[in-house]
Amino acid sequence: MSFKIASSPHQHNQRSTAHIMRLVALACLPGIAVQAVLFGYGVLVQLVLAIVTAWVSEALVLKLRGKAVLPRLKDNSALLTAVLLAIAIPPYAPWWIIVIGTAFAIIMVKQLYGGLGNNLFNPAMAAYVLLLVSFPLQMTQWLPPLSLQSVDLTPLDAVCSIFTHYSCSGFSLSQLQANIDGITMATPLDTLRTDLGRGLTLDESLNRPVFFTFAGTGWLWVNLAYLAGGLLLIQQKVISWRIPLAVIGSLFVLSAIATLAAPDTVAGPLFHLFSGGTMLAAFFIATDPVSASTTNKGRLVYGALIGLLVFLIRNFGGYPDAYAFAVLLANMAVPLIDYYTRPRTYGHRPRSELK
Amino acid sequence: MSQFKELTLQGLWKNNPGLVQLLGLCPLLAVTATVTNALGLGAATLLVLLGSNIAVSLVRNHVASEIRIPVFVLIIASLVTAVQLLMNAYTYDLYLSLGIFIPLIVTNCAIIGRAEAFASKNPVLPSAIDAIMMGLGFMLVLLVLGAMREVLGQGTLFDGADLLLGDWAKALRIEVFHADSHFLLAMLPPGAFLGMGLLIALKNVIDNKLKQRQAVEKGSIARARVTGAAQ
Repeated sequence: MSFKIASSPHQHNQRSTAHIMRLVALACLPGIAVQAVLFGYGVLVQLVLAIVTAWVSEALVLKLRGKAVLPRLKDNSALLTAVLLAIAIPPYAPWWIIVIGTAFAIIMVKQLYGGLGNNLFNPAMAAYVLLLVSFPLQMTQWLPPLSLQSVDLTPLDAVCSIFTHYSCSGFSLSQLQANIDGITMATPLDTLRTDLGRGLTLDESLNRPVFFTFAGTGWLWVNLAYLAGGLLLIQQKVISWRIPLAVIGSLFVLSAIATLAAPDTVAGPLFHLFSGGTMLAAFFIATDPVSASTTNKGRLVYGALIGLLVFLIRNFGGYPDAYAFAVLLANMAVPLIDYYTRPRTYGHRPRSELK
Repeated sequence: MSQFKELTLQGLWKNNPGLVQLLGLCPLLAVTATVTNALGLGAATLLVLLGSNIAVSLVRNHVASEIRIPVFVLIIASLVTAVQLLMNAYTYDLYLSLGIFIPLIVTNCAIIGRAEAFASKNPVLPSAIDAIMMGLGFMLVLLVLGAMREVLGQGTLFDGADLLLGDWAKALRIEVFHADSHFLLAMLPPGAFLGMGLLIALKNVIDNKLKQRQAVEKGSIARARVTGAAQ
């Protein structure tokens, strides 16, 4: 008679890495769909380019490192990085932007540190920062939502302007950026930032067409869609609720205090939560299992740190939106956070009780 | 003769100040945005290194070992001042574009490292050879890094070489490709760090390949490696 002897852990989680990554990528779909409908089909072209580049660069590096290529490609982690970067950049940026970014994310940020599970930094966000620092012009050309555009964009136009810098009917990106009145429009965050810099008050700035809803036309729906996808991930227990809650909570509290203290110059919490990349970053980017904090208490600290950094950079820093910088800075703090928030080992008393 | 060969090999490859000792990283990373800057700083460093190694070697038996470091620093600082004045006089534009990094050659660990590790223990001739080879090794790394960053950053090579070499050098400018938008990261400090890392990795790859090829590698490295004091 023989007993099966198994070592711990005795509780198993049946989900493989590939499954988790696939679920996260799928949860992005509502957001991508809303983005495509409201802002044009550029994002879909970017997705295709990013995924192809990610697979090619991953395969290339794995081959160079002498590792098996197919099992690693099948774990979907490169796919997820590509998806997150493609969503984050302006949908009509030229094709080489996404190709350079994705290749950098996979080769430099992920594989050079040892591949999946070893990277210190979130690959998609490191690549985003690379692109933003290197190509500031192309990385800030966000088109206004379709309803405000003076020229109708077809899916073919998206392909044309990504590959040739001009839409099929010959409009350049900066022409497309102009609204019906011929005034160039940027993202709500950018517009607000410029207006406040020119001495306008918050209310005066919010009267512009780009702010049809309180968070900016279109952006509210994009953020709501990512919020829905993120809540689904929490419900499926793919991600922990702690990081998103801490990011959103700290941004909410800080901007609420600031807007009460200076109502004319700081936008309110709802604007901050539903504008820019808040929901995408809180649920999909900050929760990266590799580069985020791994302890429960640490996750709260990590998320709150991201919220604080975003609030500081959006209101006092040099960039209109700041999730990439905030996530990278918080990534750097992760070893320290993890060190000080180690959970108590089962059966041991906390140090304070020992004395 | 074999000593000179060994010194050459050490300076240019095995114990390269930039790639192996990792000394003088501050100017190495800061001024290599273009080939011209790299060449200018490399030449200045080479000159100072040559002068300091010769001078240190000459006075090595007359300086008490307790005060040798201040003496070395004084020698190096006076040489740097001389080079700085020379560049101010003859290559004024380059002098402006290198800026603070010319006076900072004083603090370049590669120079005081060679003075302490080699020149203070060896006669004049080997010290001079060592200085030339180490200086050339450093300059080579500067040049390669500068070329990488310049091509990636603005698609040219030897842009502004006339600042260093006179008007005829305008013909040296090569446009590798034309880019509407510059790849700013390559020109900014992070690009220097990334490029440097890649260069060191490349050297290690080549070393490993060489080691595999010669199954019996006999290294006759007698001198101590000067590491751990990167700027």
